[in-house]
Parts: sequence; structure tokens; C-alpha cells
Amino acid sequence: MEPSTQKLIHTFGALADLGQEIAGTGDFTEMVRTSLHLLLGTLALRRGAVAECVDAGALSCVALWGLGDRVLRQFAIAESEKQSLLVAQERECLVRESETGFISRQREGLLREEIELVVPMIVRGEVTGLVLLGGKASGEEFSAADFDTIKAMVRHIGVGIHTHRLLEQVAQRAEENRRLYEELRAIYRDTVRAFATAIDIKDKYTQGHSERVGRYSALIATEMGWSEEEVEGIQIAGYLHDIGKLVVDRDIINAPYRIDAKQSSDLNKHPEAGYEILSPINHPYADIPLTAKYHHERPDGRGYPDGLTDEQIPLGAKIVSLADAFDAMTTDRPYRRRRSFEDVVRDLRENSGTQFDGKVVAAFARAILKEVNGASKKRPITKMLGKDYLQGEHVATLLSDLISELDDNARNAARATTSAGSE
Amino acid sequence: MDKPSPGLVRSHCVGTTAVVYASDYLNKLTGERIERECRRQLDCGCRALVIDFSDTQLVNSIGISILLGIIDVAEKSGARVVFSEVNNQTVELFEMLGLTRHVALAKDEHEALLNLSSYETMRVVH
Repeated sequence: MEPSTQKLIHTFGALADLGQEIAGTGDFTEMVRTSLHLLLGTLALRRGAVAECVDAGALSCVALWGLGDRVLRQFAIAESEKQSLLVAQERECLVRESETGFISRQREGLLREEIELVVPMIVRGEVTGLVLLGGKASGEEFSAADFDTIKAMVRHIGVGIHTHRLLEQVAQRAEENRRLYEELRAIYRDTVRAFATAIDIKDKYTQGHSERVGRYSALIATEMGWSEEEVEGIQIAGYLHDIGKLVVDRDIINAPYRIDAKQSSDLNKHPEAGYEILSPINHPYADIPLTAKYHHERPDGRGYPDGLTDEQIPLGAKIVSLADAFDAMTTDRPYRRRRSFEDVVRDLRENSGTQFDGKVVAAFARAILKEVNGASKKRPITKMLGKDYLQGEHVATLLSDLISELDDNARNAARATTSAGSE
Repeated sequence: MDKPSPGLVRSHCVGTTAVVYASDYLNKLTGERIERECRRQLDCGCRALVIDFSDTQLVNSIGISILLGIIDVAEKSGARVVFSEVNNQTVELFEMLGLTRHVALAKDEHEALLNLSSYETMRVVH
């Protein structure tokens, strides 16, 4: 084979490999190191380094071969020197021949390291770094063809480094945005909790009610297999479910007696008032205004404000409805003490399917049972109820029986639906 | 024959000469393994390296760069390098790129070892 043909094949092979390397998504340092090897091996250059221009004109080594680790520490490039490299002709890049700028100023140090050629990496009209190269193993001078090959390969390497740095910046910005978004969500959550506290302050007998409803709702939703984001959303909906009470007369809310029909009618407007308050807000979670509006609806259609029936009520509203009623039953009120757990379980059993959704009640019962039988290490429900409230062996039995009964009901209902559908 | 170092590079020593076997395609991965093995042998006191190319079909640009690195390290250690059993195509490549200015070529490992021993003898005589 003619030497010139062989040289051409060798160079083309290296250029193809270089293109593949630059376009790859592998490790950045390895990419530059391999690119440097390809450049050195194409012309059989004995040593070389790829350096990026960093702050204050310092050069940061990205890859080197045949040179000491500290070789680049001695060199720095001024802004004006970068400008002169932008227009430097080929011979101006030769360390022995250059008469001005960086190369001339650093000639002694460069020759000491046996560097014979300094090629600027130019990307979008800016010098982004330098490639320092030793002499050819053949001892020959650099030819015009060699310069062309070197320039093409250095341009590839420069673009590869520049693209990588841009991607790094994009990734960094995305990370910053993610952090900002998290902070905004945290601010939103804190604001909502502050609102919940404000709602509860208005009702002196139910302090902490909204907070507890939020937490019970989250526990039920978790038990029902909701995603982390959905659980966060239902917790917020729980915090805000009574926000409409802000527009209800304080005397009605705090009445230490059973309120009359007119007062009851006023109080029953709070779900719609809550919807009006929450609707204009762009919440990061779905259905928060609707949950506030429908948390007093019942599957049997006897709830308010719209008298919706089972399928029409959003699942979130059913969850908050149960959490709301459970907290009402398990906390002291001005006109009564809280009910025993047996009594509460009886109420849930009797009202499943009418006031409460049976599947939601079963999920809540499972969440409580996990705490009672020690399956769950965290015990938030026990903490909210007080450690003595769920004491006794009968508690687990009550819950197991309730779950089993509700699961049977659900299975029977599913069977009935299937057979009705097939008739 | 010495036990292959991690990366499965075959090598063995004859006196103070290390014989290192290059693989079928001398690219980055295999080249770096050979370079590490050569460095290890030089660190262990070897005064000459024979790199055997009997299994090598192809050497790419990265392979050339790595071989130059080995030559550089060997020269700095005062060690000689001989390439043995290089195929014709690769010989042409080495000649074209000037590698043969820095290493001797030998027909096979035996000739490489003879070449090195006569060099040692000449060095002692002179």
C-alpha cells in the first residue's frame, strides 16, 4: 500500500473514532483522554495535554499523556493573549517560531516540557482551552496536512468539551429548579398548615382538628396505595377542609349547646364557602377545592351541599369525610366526652355504605390495626389519640372483625355487580 | 511464564528482559493493560521489553499513542524496547509514523531476545 494511502486510512479511522467518542454519553474525563490518545496516535506525537481556560486565565488540565501531572500549573493565559490566538496562523502555533503572545512568553517552559505545538480550542469565536502537543515520533517537521488534521481534531475535542460543560450547566439549573420547586412546595405546605391553625383557632373546642384530619387522611390514602404526591395532596385537603368556617359566625361555631335550624343552615354553608375560597388558588395538587366542598356528602345521598350519591363523590372527599368524623368522635366536645373505641368502631360499622365508604373505612381500620399489632413502627394514630386509647386485646379483634366484614361486603357487592352485568 | 496480571495480559521474564504479549486488537482497553504491565515490569527492574505482536491483527491510533507512552517510559528508565512478530501491515504503519526510530523490530521472540543479548554484550565489550 502507498504510504500516503495508508496514512489517509489511518487518519480517517482516527477521525471516525473521535466522532464516536465525542458523541458518546460516557464519562467526560475518559472521553477527553481517549480523544487526546486519538490525536496523538494519528500523527504519532509523543506527548500532549488538553487544558480548559478557567478563571483568571489559569489552565485546568483535563487530560494529558507523556507529561507530568503538574505541567500545566506553570502556565496562565491573559485575555489579550487569547485574542491573539484567535487569529494565529499555523506557524504562530509552533513553540520555536511564535514571536508574540502566550506561546512566545511561555516558550522556555513549553520547550522544557518538550511541547512543540500549542493549538487553541476555539468554540463560537472564543478560546475555550489549549491543546499542547509534543513532537512527532518520526522527528519530522509538522506538514500542512498535519496542521489540517490537528486543527480538525482539536475543533472536535473543543466542541465535545463545550457541549459537555453546557449539559452540566443545564443539569445544574434543573437541579436548582427542582430545589426551588421543593422549597415552594414546603412554603405552600407551611402556609396551608398556618391556615389550618387559623381555622381551628376560630373553634376553641376543636383545636388541632384540621391538622389531625389532614394526617388521618394521609394515612388512609397511603393504606389505599395512593402515590406520595397524591398522599401529600389529600393531607393538604384535610388541613383545608373546614376553611369555609372562616365565614361562619364564631358564636355558631363555639355554641356550647345544640344549635338551632337557622344556625345549622348557616354552618352547613361552610363546604361551599370553602370551595369559593380555595377555587381561585392554583394548588400544586388536584381536587383540593372539591374535597372541601364535598366532605359532608354521603354515599346514601343524604349529605350536603349537593346530596351526591356514592359514585358521584370524589374518593378524596370520602377519605376526608371519614377522617373528619373519626376525629369528631375521638375528641372531647363542650357538650360531651369523646366516645370509646368500641363505640367508634360500632358507629363505623353501622354507617359504612351509608355515611362512609366501606372501602375507605376498611383501609383506615387496617392502618390502625398495623399500629396496634406492631406491624407499623411509626405510630402516628396512637400519638394523636393518646397512648391509652387503643389499649387492650379487644382492640385488634374489633378491627380485624370490622375489616373482615367490610371486605366480605365489598366482595359481595362486586359479585352482585358482575352478575347484574351478565344478565 | 509469569501469572497474568489483572486484565489478563500474558507476560514472562527472561533474565532482565520482560516479554509482554499484545492482544488481537491493540485499542484503548487492551493498550492500557499492556502499558500497565510494561510499567510493572520496569518497576520490578527489567532492563528491556519485548512486546510480542504475534496475536495482533490491528493497531489503531489509540494503540499507537499508548505504545509511544511505553517507549517514553522505557527510555526514561534506560530500558530498550523490541517489537517482535509484527505483521506487514503494522510494520508499514510503525515505519510511516516513525515508531521504528525508537524500537527495533524482530522476526520473533527468539530473535528479539538474541538481539537484546548481543546488545548487552556489545555494551559490556565497549
